[in-house]
Amino acid sequence: MISLVEDVCVERRHWITQEEMDDLVVVAESTPGPIAINCATFVGSRLGGLLGALIATFGMVLPSFLVIFAVSRFLDRFLEIQIIANAFRGIKLAVGILILDAGRKLFLRLPKKPLPLMILFVSLAGTLAMHYFALRISSVVLLLAAAGTCLLVRTIRKGGGRP
Amino acid sequence: MILLELFLGFLQVGCFSFGGGYAAIALIREVVLSYGWLSEDMLSYIIAVSESTPGPVMVNLATYVGGSQAGVLGAVVATLAVVLPSFCIILALMAVLRRFVSNPWVKAAMIGLKACVTGMILATALEMVLANAVTNGSADMIAIALTLALTGLYYGFRPLFKRKLSPIALIAVSAVLGAAAYGIC
Repeated sequence: MISLVEDVCVERRHWITQEEMDDLVVVAESTPGPIAINCATFVGSRLGGLLGALIATFGMVLPSFLVIFAVSRFLDRFLEIQIIANAFRGIKLAVGILILDAGRKLFLRLPKKPLPLMILFVSLAGTLAMHYFALRISSVVLLLAAAGTCLLVRTIRKGGGRP
Repeated sequence: MILLELFLGFLQVGCFSFGGGYAAIALIREVVLSYGWLSEDMLSYIIAVSESTPGPVMVNLATYVGGSQAGVLGAVVATLAVVLPSFCIILALMAVLRRFVSNPWVKAAMIGLKACVTGMILATALEMVLANAVTNGSADMIAIALTLALTGLYYGFRPLFKRKLSPIALIAVSAVLGAAAYGIC
């Protein structure tokens, strides 16, 4: 996805410089939302202000919106066909593996220091507890607590580098 | 009021989806299951469809869930809500992009958020894999065998063939295996 955006915005259309693109990738990793949307908003805004940002983001979302909306109209009926339903039972297994793999990749990129590892463990245990013991804590609370803990640790260590 | 629920639910997903498309799945699953919008199985199917069609997984999921609950308007509202936070954040940060990412406080908070998201996605993946292995309260031997075979294929492919098996290829293989195994047994 990033290479596609780079190809269009930097190399073919020269909308932004390579340096801006590199910055943007870092920013996109530190802000919520899909990187493609972040890029569209940034490039649109750089070239055409608020209206540009709106149009570029809209343009980025529209194709997938149309495809998925079309799919959502017929998927239910499609699943009534036995062989399709069986295929999707197989697909469900692949999705589990892909998500586990996504988790593995996120874990590999995480700094292996006590604080991040502790937060990871708490959020893993908390999410499992939410699911299996009907414990009512929300993911948002976990996320805010994680960010808060890191900021607190940094305040305590003031100037002592990264937590 | 389903539209308001869709808007708030996906706004929450849009605000906290740090770490890319798959990381958002943990949040989306929590929201979708807590409102009872889709079953776990259906959610897995839509994730596979989202992965096999163009566009970010998160946006695709929002469109599908919105559309399934409240038609075109629902799809528009959910998609808008999931995109809105990142749109506003990028606009707000335009002028200070570089200073923002190198700010030590931002970096500190980001490490916490990413660690938390990693735990959430690992937990979600474990829940899904375990749920797949059990059908109606008993172990589903076909599912377990297929999961092991697909895992072996996914991780064994690169050392054997010197290139990565793409997620879409894995989904295609799993569809064929599923149709064959459940069709015969």
